[in-house]
Amino acid sequence: MEQTTHDHLLKTKRGEPVTLLEAVSEALFEEMTRDPRVFLMGEDIGVYGGAFKVTRGFLDHFGAGRVIDTPISEGGFTGAAAGAAHMGLRPVVEMQFMDFVSPAYDVITNYIATSRYRGAGALPLVIRGPVGGGNRGGPFHSQNVEMAFFHTPGLKIVYPSTPYDAKGLLKAAIRDDDPVIFEEHKGLYRAPGLRAVLPDEDYTVPLGSARTVREGADLTIVTYGAMVHTSVAAADTLESEDGVSIEIIDLRTLLPLDEDTIVGSVKRTGKLLVVHEDTRTGGIAGEIAMRVSEKAFEWLDGPMLRVTAIDAPVPYSGSLEDYFLPQAEDVVTAARYLAAY
Amino acid sequence: MSDYPHGLGRANLLELYGALCLTRAAEERLEVLQKQGHMTGGLYRSLGQEAGAVGAAYALRRKSDGTGDVVAPTVRAAGALFLFGAELTDFFRQYMARGTSPTRGREANVHWVNFEKGFVGPVSPLGTMVEVMAGVTLSFRFRDDDRVGMVFYGDGASSTGAWHEGLNFAAVQRCPLVLIVEANQWAFSTPPERTSRVRSFTEKAAGYGIGATSVDGTDVLAVFQAVRRAAALARAGDGVQMVELRYFRRRGHAQHDPQEYVDPAVLAEWESRDPIDLYRARLLFAGWASDEELSDLADEAAERCRVAAEQAIGEPLPPGPEAVEDVYSNVSLPHPWTRAPEPDPRRDHRPERVATLRVDGPSDTGS
Repeated sequence: MEQTTHDHLLKTKRGEPVTLLEAVSEALFEEMTRDPRVFLMGEDIGVYGGAFKVTRGFLDHFGAGRVIDTPISEGGFTGAAAGAAHMGLRPVVEMQFMDFVSPAYDVITNYIATSRYRGAGALPLVIRGPVGGGNRGGPFHSQNVEMAFFHTPGLKIVYPSTPYDAKGLLKAAIRDDDPVIFEEHKGLYRAPGLRAVLPDEDYTVPLGSARTVREGADLTIVTYGAMVHTSVAAADTLESEDGVSIEIIDLRTLLPLDEDTIVGSVKRTGKLLVVHEDTRTGGIAGEIAMRVSEKAFEWLDGPMLRVTAIDAPVPYSGSLEDYFLPQAEDVVTAARYLAAY
Repeated sequence: MSDYPHGLGRANLLELYGALCLTRAAEERLEVLQKQGHMTGGLYRSLGQEAGAVGAAYALRRKSDGTGDVVAPTVRAAGALFLFGAELTDFFRQYMARGTSPTRGREANVHWVNFEKGFVGPVSPLGTMVEVMAGVTLSFRFRDDDRVGMVFYGDGASSTGAWHEGLNFAAVQRCPLVLIVEANQWAFSTPPERTSRVRSFTEKAAGYGIGATSVDGTDVLAVFQAVRRAAALARAGDGVQMVELRYFRRRGHAQHDPQEYVDPAVLAEWESRDPIDLYRARLLFAGWASDEELSDLADEAAERCRVAAEQAIGEPLPPGPEAVEDVYSNVSLPHPWTRAPEPDPRRDHRPERVATLRVDGPSDTGS
C-alpha cells in the first residue's frame, strides 16, 4: 500500500495495538474527518506535529486552515477558540503541557464556563494536553491541573487511564456541547503495558461515567489516571499476600463526578480509599469523601482515607519526585490499614 | 443645501440622528429607573461617546439572519447594540435583572448576545472580547465568508494581556476585524498618562503590524467614514484595522462615581462639544433636516424608551430555583438539600422535580 502521511493513524483500522497517545491521535483524526467543523489550535501542532507528536501528519492531511500553529498565547488562542465556538465551529485547543493552561484561566473560568448559563450559548470546545509527573519534568511540566477548574460550574473535566477510554472519551468530548478539559497523562502516553487493540467501529465513552476496573468486596479504591495502574498493582499484592479483595473505580470523568457509582461501591464494601497523583490539599479526595459522607455514612465501616502526592511543587530530581509521588507501596500500606479497621 | 456627505442619503442622515437620540434617551431613562429604585447594579453612561458607537455600527453590514457583520460593544457602546437590532425592552430588562431578559436575569446591562442579529455583549474581564472576536472573525476566514467583526474596547483595556494576545493572534491570522479604541481619556479614575507612554493608541498598532487611524469621536460622520474605510480594508483581506475614537467620558465610570478626579474646566469644555448638538447643528446648517424633524426624532426616541421601560418594570424577577438550571447542556445539578420539603442529605433534589416552584406574575423588585 502506498505510504501516506497518516498511515500511522490507521493502526486500529489494520487491527494493530495502539498506545494511549496513538488513541488520542486517532480520536482527533477521526473526528476531524467526520465533522468539518472540528479544527485544532495550539503551539507547534502543525509543522512540528505537536511536542508529543499527537498531531503528526495532520497539517498535510487537513491543511493550515484546520491545524493552526499559534503564537505563545494560551489565553489568547483559548479565547479565540471560544469565539470560533460561538460561530458553530468545534475547536480543540492543545496546551503543549497542561501546566501552561494557567494563562487561560481567566477566559476559561470567566468566559467559557459561564457562556451557556448567561445565555451566550454553550461553547463546544475541548482543551486538551499532557499532565502528570514521574518523568523528572520538574514543577512546570508535571502538574495535574484538574482542581484548578474543578470548582468552576459549567466545565467538564475528563482524565482517561487507558487507550480505549482515551479515544472514546475524547470523541465524546468533541461531540459534547459543553467545554471540556481533557487531561492525558504523559507517563501513560507510550506505556507499553497499556497498548491495546481498539474496536474498529466508531465508538464513544460517555462523559460523567466511572468504570469499575475490578470488582471486590472488602474495600473500594476510587482513583483515576496513572494511579489506576498503581492501584491495580497494589490490589494484586493485597489479594495475593493478604487475601483482601479490592474494588477499583476509575473515575474517567472528574466533573461531573459519577457519584452514583462511587456511593454504590462504598455501600457494598463499607470502606473508601481515594488514590490520586494530585497533591493532598484541595485534591478531589476531599470532595469524594464529603459526597460519601452525605450519601452513605451509615454504610461506612471505617474512616475515609486517601493516598496522594505531598503538598509541594513537583520537584525535579528523581529522588525527590519519587518521594513526592504516591507509590504502589503507599497504596498497599493504606489499604492494609483500612482493611484491618 | 450641500450635497449629502460620504455617499449617504437624507434618510441615512436622519437615521443616524435618530440612533444618537435613542442612545441618549435610553440612558436618560436608565437614570430615571435608578432613581426610582428599579435598577439592579451599576449604570454606565456613554454620555459624550454616543457618536462613536453609532457612527461605527452604522458603517457595518447589519443583518438579522446570522449572515451580517458581528459587533462586540462595550457597556459604553449601547448605541451600537440598538443599531444591530437589540430590543429596547431587552435593554431595560437587562438593567433591571428581569427573568424575561435575554439572559434570564443571569447577567447585567449590555452583557447579552444575539448571533442572528450579530452582536455579542461583553463580559466584565477586560480584553477578553478581543480574543473572542479574533475567534469569531477566524470563523469568517474558515468559511470564506464576506463578514467583518468589530470589537470595542477602552483605552484602559489595552493594557491587559488578553488585549495583547487577542490582537496579536487576530493580526497574524489576518482576521477581518476592526478594533475600536474608545479613547475617552479615563479608565475609571486612571488617565492615559498613567496607563501607557504612547500619546495615541494608534502607536500601539505598529507593534502588531496592523493599520490604524484616529478620528474625532464626537463627529458621527467622521466616525462613520473612518470605520467604513477600515471595514472595507478588513473585508478585502487586509486583516485587522484599528480606529481610535477621541472623545471624553463625561460621567463617572458608573453613576455612583462622582468623578471628582476630573478637572471641572476640562469637563465643561467637553460639555460644549456634545456629539448630538454638533450633529444637529451640522444637519441644520447644511439644510439636510429641519429643526422640527429633529425635535420629533428626539421626542420619539424618548417616548419609545418610556414605553419600553414601563413594559420591563411590570415583568418579574426570575424564580430563585431557576438558578441551578442550564449550567450544562446535558447535566442537571441538584438543589441544596436544606431547601427540600423534608431535608435529607441522602437524597438529591434535581430540577425536574421542582418545576412546581416556578413563580409567575410580578414579584418583589427587591431594589
